[in-house]
Formats: sequence, C-alpha cells, structure tokens
Amino acid sequence: MAWRQAKWPEPIIYELGAPGRIGFLVPEIEEEIKKYVGEIKLPDKIKRSSPPELPELSEVEVLRHFVNLTQMTYGVDNGPVPLGSCTMKYNPKIAMEAAFDPRVTMLHPLQDERTVQGLLEMMYLLERWLANIVGMDACTLHPAAGAHGELAGVLIIRKYHELKGQIDKKKEIIIPDSAHGTNPASSSMAGFKVIEVKSDERGNVDIEALKAAVSEATAGLMITNPSTLGMFEENIVEIAKIIHEVDGLLYYDGANLNGIMGYTRPGDMGFDIAHINIHKTFSSPHGGGGPGAGPVCVKDRIVDPDKGIKLSDLLPGPRVVYDEKEKKYKLKWPGPYSVGMLKAFFGNVIPLVWGFTYIMAMGPQGLKEATEQAVINTNYFKKLMEGVKGYTLYYGPERWRKHEIVYSAKPLADETGVNAEDVAKGLLDAGFYAPTIYFPLIVPEALMIEFTDTETKENIERYAERLKEIARIAYENPEEPKKWPKNTAVGRIDAVKANHPRHVTPTWRVYRLRKEGKLGLLK
Amino acid sequence: MVKHPWLPNSPDEIKKKMLETIGVKDVSELFSDIPEEARIKVDWNKLEIGFGRPLSEIEVKRKIEEYLDKNKIFKNPPPFLGGGAWPHYVPAVVRYIITRGEFMTTYTPYQPEIAYGLMQALFEYQSMIAELLDMEVVNASMYDWASAAAEAFLMSFRVNRGKEKVIVPSTMNPFHEKVINSYLWPHGYKIEKVKHDPETGLMDLEDLKNKLSDKKAAAVYIENPSFLGFIEENAKDIGEIAHDAGALYIIGVDPMSLGVLESPGKLGADIAVGEGQPLGLGLNFGGPYLGIFATKWNMKFIRQMPGRIMGLTTTKTGDQRAFAMILQTREQHIRREKATSNICTNEALCAVAAAVYMALLGKEGFKKIGELILYRSHYAAKKLNEITGVKAPRFKSEFFKEFVVDFNEAGVDYKTIHEELLKRGIHGGLYLKPYYPELGESALYCVTEVHTKQDIDFLVESIKEILGR
Repeated sequence: MAWRQAKWPEPIIYELGAPGRIGFLVPEIEEEIKKYVGEIKLPDKIKRSSPPELPELSEVEVLRHFVNLTQMTYGVDNGPVPLGSCTMKYNPKIAMEAAFDPRVTMLHPLQDERTVQGLLEMMYLLERWLANIVGMDACTLHPAAGAHGELAGVLIIRKYHELKGQIDKKKEIIIPDSAHGTNPASSSMAGFKVIEVKSDERGNVDIEALKAAVSEATAGLMITNPSTLGMFEENIVEIAKIIHEVDGLLYYDGANLNGIMGYTRPGDMGFDIAHINIHKTFSSPHGGGGPGAGPVCVKDRIVDPDKGIKLSDLLPGPRVVYDEKEKKYKLKWPGPYSVGMLKAFFGNVIPLVWGFTYIMAMGPQGLKEATEQAVINTNYFKKLMEGVKGYTLYYGPERWRKHEIVYSAKPLADETGVNAEDVAKGLLDAGFYAPTIYFPLIVPEALMIEFTDTETKENIERYAERLKEIARIAYENPEEPKKWPKNTAVGRIDAVKANHPRHVTPTWRVYRLRKEGKLGLLK
Repeated sequence: MVKHPWLPNSPDEIKKKMLETIGVKDVSELFSDIPEEARIKVDWNKLEIGFGRPLSEIEVKRKIEEYLDKNKIFKNPPPFLGGGAWPHYVPAVVRYIITRGEFMTTYTPYQPEIAYGLMQALFEYQSMIAELLDMEVVNASMYDWASAAAEAFLMSFRVNRGKEKVIVPSTMNPFHEKVINSYLWPHGYKIEKVKHDPETGLMDLEDLKNKLSDKKAAAVYIENPSFLGFIEENAKDIGEIAHDAGALYIIGVDPMSLGVLESPGKLGADIAVGEGQPLGLGLNFGGPYLGIFATKWNMKFIRQMPGRIMGLTTTKTGDQRAFAMILQTREQHIRREKATSNICTNEALCAVAAAVYMALLGKEGFKKIGELILYRSHYAAKKLNEITGVKAPRFKSEFFKEFVVDFNEAGVDYKTIHEELLKRGIHGGLYLKPYYPELGESALYCVTEVHTKQDIDFLVESIKEILGR
C-alpha cells in the first residue's frame, strides 16, 4: 500500500467559528474588586479604539482545527527525516517529560536563586559536560539557537581584538565556501568583512587559497568539521596554525559535532571557540524551526595577562556558577569584558533540560556510539548507492563520509530534466522527508542526506531503493516526476506566485484587505 | 559497544552486517581520515559527561526528580514578579497541541507539501498577531522581545541609511537595553536615552525633540506598557515627533495589553516588536520565549525585515490553497553575508503555542482578560497604597499589570520584606535598586489573571504584618 499523508480541507482559522463563541472562559472580575477600585478610565488617546479582529471559536473547534493541522505535518515521530546538516534524530520522550515538568516551566527567570537550585545545578553540570564533550574550558548556555551562538562567537572574536587594541586592523573573517549561510551572516552582524575560501577536490579547504586569504586583517576563521560535505577536514591542524600565526581565533560551527564525538573534539583540533546545537546533537526537537539552544564554549586563552582577562570572561550570559562558601548555585551576570546579553534572560531551558536528560541517558559511551552509528549509517548508504545511475558524488568520492553525504543529481538533471527538487518530491511521496537540497552551494543539484544515529537499517535500504526507483522513472518517463508530490497534504507549491508583489500574502489581514480592494500596491 | 534503545542499529549482529557491507572490519576504520595530531588525547569514557555510563530510563527519571524537587514553584499565590517575563495562565489545549509529535518533531518547513499543517499554523500566528498589532506583515518569530527590538534597530539603520543613533526611553527594560547594546556595539551605533518626568514616568517630549534635532536618529523606540508598568499615553505624539525628524518609530508591546490598549499600528509604529511569552508559553526560567516582529505594508520595510515569513499561495495547478516561505532572498541561507539577519532556527513552536492561545481567547477574550488584569492590578496597588509608609503606584500615570511599589518610607528595607514574604510562601516583586538606584527601596510588582483577590489580600496582609502595621 502506498504511503499517504492526511489531506483535510482545513479552513484558515478566520473562516471558522461564529460570532460570540469563546474558546476560553476568562474569570469575571470580583464584585468586591470592582466596587473597591471603581471604574478604571484609561486615557482616550491610549485606549484601544476597535477590538482586535481575532477569530471566535469554541474550545473544541480550536482543538480540532490544530489537531487536523498536526496531521498534515511530518516529523521525526512520523518517519525518517534525513535532512543533511539538520541532524533530525529521535527526540526521546523521557527528556520531554523532564523538560515540560512544571518545576521547569513555572520558574520565573528572576526568581530568588535559592528557589531554583535544582535547575541551576542541572545547568551547571550541563556546562561542564558540554565543555568536556568539545574539549574546551568554559561554556555559556545563554544563546537561543545555533546562529545566536555564532553571533556570540564572532562577538567574542571582536571583543578579543578590541581588548588587545588591534580591532582597527582585524577586519576580516575567513569562511570556507561550503559553510552554512549563518556563518557569513553572523560575521556581518558582528561588523566583519567575509572572505570566502574555496574547497579542493578532496573536499578540504584549499590550503593555498587559505594562505593567500590570510593576512594581518584576519580576525578569525569559522568552519564546521566534519564539513557540510560530510567529510573530516584533514588539514585542520595546519589551518589552526595558519590562523593562530596572525593572532586570529578559530571558531567551530558545532552543527556537525555528531560526526566526531569520542574521536576528536574542537579543542583537540585547535579551536578557540565552539557552539553546540542542543537541538541537533543532543536530541531536543526542532519544533518546526525552533526553539533551539546554542551554547558556546571557549578555551581558557589569555586575552590580557596584565588584567588577567581570559577568553571565558568574554562569554555572554548570565551563566551558572557554584559558590563554594555558601554551597549554592548562582547566576553570574555578564562582567565588564563580556560581550553582554544576547537575549533577555538565562537561556532556552526547555531544550537545555532536554539535552541534559539525553546526555545523562547516553553517557560518554553512548555518545560515542551515537557518532559511530551515524557514520556507519552514512557509509552503509553510500555503499548501497554505488553505481546507481543518475546520482554522483563530487569531492573525494572515495573518502569515508561522516554524519552526512552529499549526492549530486546533476547527471539525472542533465540527462532527463528531472532535478534535485523533483527527486525530493519523489521521496516525499514514498513517506520519507526529503534531503536538504541545493546546499552546500558548491555541489550542483545537491541532495544532502543525513540519517543520524537513530534511523534503522531497513529504512536506509528503503530510502536507497526509492532513489533508484526515482531515477528509473526519470529515465523512462521524465514528465512523471514533475507531477510529484501526489501523496502529501498538497501538491507542488507555486513559489513564484507566493513571492510576487501583487500576490504576496504574509497575513490574513493582507488577504482580506486585498479582496476588499483596500490594499495599496506594494512599493 | 553500547546497545541502546535510541540506536536501532546498535545490536552487534546488525552492526556487523552493515560493516561487512561497507567493507571494513572495525568501525574505527571509518574514522581513519582524522589525523593523529587532531585526535582526542584523553580517555573519553572517563571524562565527566553525564554520570560515566549510559543510564536506563528508570535511573534517569529518578535523578531528574531529585533535581527538580529542589526547585520551588510559587503556586499559591503565584509570584508577583514580572520585569519582562510574567506569570500567565497556560490553557491545557495549548500545551496539548504543541507537545503533539508531528509539530514538535518536524523541521523548518523546507518541504512545504509535507509540512502544510505547520505552515498554516504559523501563517495563522502571523495573521492573529497582525490583528492584535494592526500591522500587515509579521514574521514567524524572533528569539524574544529583546532580540526582536535589537533587530528592529538594525533594520532601522538599513532603512534609514547614514544615520548614527537610536533614541530610547530612560525607563526602558534594563535587560532589553543590554541586549540592544550587544547588537549595536559592533557597528558603532549610539543609543541615546530620553528623560522622563519623575512624577509620571512619561517621556519628556521636549527632550525628545532636542535629541532628534540633529537628524541623526534612525529610530525612536518606546515600550508600552513601560518596564516600570505605566502606560506611555503620549505614544501617538511621540510617533509624530519621530516621523517629523525622519526617524522610524518602533513600539515594543506586551500583547496581553492589546485588548485594552491602542495598537502599535494605530499609534503610528513603523515596526512593532514584543514578547509573546504571555501567550501560552509559561515562564520557562527565561526561555524559550517568543520575539514578535511586525512591520507595515511598505516594500522598503519588508525588504529589510529579518526572519522567516510564511505566505499564503496556491499549488502550481492553482486548484488548492498552499503555503510557502516567502521573501527568502532576505535570509541568510540565500543572501549569506548580505542577509538582513543571521537568524535561522527561531521560536516556531512558541509561535504555534501563541496561535492556539490567541484562537482560544479570541476577540472577546483579549478584551476581558485585559480588563480583568487591569482591575486586579489596580486593586492590589490601591490596597498596598493604604499601608502607612507604602506608596503604590510610585508613578502617577495609568498602568496595566505592573506597578512600582515604593517602600522608602516603610522603615524596613526591601530585602527584609522579600525574606519575610518568602517565609510565607510569597514571591514578591523585583527589587529595583540595582536597575534604578534613584528609586531606592522600591519593587516592581506584577498582578495578572492568575492572581485572585485572595492572593492579593494575602500579599497585602503579609506586608502589613511584616511592617508591623
């Protein structure tokens, strides 16, 4: 039987309900309060002039509406999501139970520290565990996501050079061409110029190109290892040396940490700063795009020996510290050398408690095993794909892959017109989430596939079979894949229309005003 | 060798078959490309990572309970503590929907056809927020209010090229101020604070005009209600003054107030930001929260907006409604160093929670809950004000759910009051001296729909008792 996703004709919430219905009973204001306070008259100029146009639904209608929407959504709980670089592993339910416990969710961030000792202790331990996992000396759990951690990291690089009085010449961050888009974007946000270096044919950073790019202006380098091509950067030690020689700092993008745990650590490779995606390597769920958590760890590198400033003094926060004298965990708010705060309070504790629980259940042996499983899964899949017509590997095809592998559907596209997007839709129709497509940018028609450690051998085999079948159909009947997907909640989306200034509809308000002829042209 | 329930291929017999197919004897061969000098030099298994070995679920549960039991939840009464995160009720339906696996474990909808439901939910979040704010364009979330405000300032510099500073109220949330500093510092942009009237707390409009006279401001920002609780009733005038000086107008809001307070859109805001935490998220010790970000129907603004946006469209065949991530050429995965922001993972599931929350409360609910909060907070302030030596609210302006309680004449320092309240199971308001030294022994109290009359009376009686009144 073919796979089918639910396909409900579910209206937009504004098309549901009826005037006067309520989904939540707001308590009446106590009569005594009313009498005591008297009438509250807000100044006219600040009083709401017309009620917000919110829908009016009963509780059961709201519930059914959103349940129907969940059924037209596919997550790891439904089946494999082998999205390269996104590390969509299983999100253990015991960790969810811990993270959503009221003794976490009902804690106010400014609550007296003596009343949150349990949570602070967990967070203190998590900082230490993460520091050990990445081979660094200190961590902050403050950043809310990977890119937020990157911003923290490049701000630390900026602060480092500022404290050393050399920020006027340290203006550039070097980034490989295979990097995540967040790396250059984070560098820009920290006021740096981005210098891109290319990859060589083995998938490593081209050392000659790197040497040519490095100068006294180099503030640092951002790199992920294993790379987005899924391969270990073989020259990492030399790269670290080249960057350190000009007093640049090395930043480790932790998106692919799940490919190396137990074998090497960013700290062992010469990195100074690393971020960690709790919502990748440490199993908290992605929630359709977030929340995540992006802790940042640093080596205890000396910044200013006279003032005794170390790199850890630059970390954003608050962070958790243990007061030996008082035998108490405390929040340490950012000091004078810190890059400051990047969000209003501590950190995203729901994902953090999730990650804490996951690490507890895995222990060092389990984490290393997870890495091995991820790498076995990738290379097993690579073996199954050998000689399959239509797909090819660029960059060191003979090399082992780590956590992920990037196939190119360029032969298929050239020979049949069926491209990476069509292949992706063909996978959806078989009940698999598609790979990350058209990324990394250096692989044409890229299919970036990552099974993670939690996918079964059988599913990997089925997935490879489906890729073969897609290629077979493409060669036999190249028109067919253009009609995919057919088994999902909706068919292929019109993205051009979605983005056209005359059609672009970011809210129901825009839809409604346009229909009523009350919306001006977008200019 | 670890056989683990979360690692389906970890049993030896399966692993062996897979390695055989790959053509290696041992898994370590797959890591042979890691050069010796880059390898870990210490014994990984002996590092302090977890508790030294994998734990069973039974053991994990027991340990977690030990830690969580050391936390104290203030339930009866709920904490009278706000300051940018506030105790609000989380309806059961909200928690039920967001913990469903399909939503919780799905990814950013890069494949819209199979993530239709999530995209519709996010579109509905954007749509309902648009109505609360009276703004046309809303993104699918930022991290929190503070980071949304920081990105709004960065956006104002892109829209208003060549400007050098932003103008903020001297009563702004001190945590937000720190975050904004961190985001603006690398670019050398300056933050200037406008004075406030010491009696009312309201922004000094003459000082605002002075600070704008050099025409160097990219934006003027206010928070409404302010950090200190009062309502900035001149919000509309401030917007006009900002616009006259060529600055954008950014308003930060608590969405819970928008059933009773005028919307940013009607007050003239070009960008609205805010904290979605009250909309069904819980307190979560500070995160995950939900950064609200919205702008007006103006291409110049939309092009410079940060973050993901869901858009309503159709299928290619045109016969079915569908959703797409729109205007992605602003974003980091396409635009790289020229992107409007580096944000990638946002707070999508929190936005879904907010969507469910807004749908439950609906048109009537927002007004009613706003009024309930107003009356209860006013009741609390008035009751506290009756205690000799206690003044509440400290500022003469109208307020929403928070207000400053002045204990300077109480004869007891706030630390003692706080300790005594804790003994009675009450968490009092935020001590303000570290943030606003001029306010001395004052605290910011927060009263919402979760605080009943009994809760408030208990607080008032306790304070009377502590002060010996």
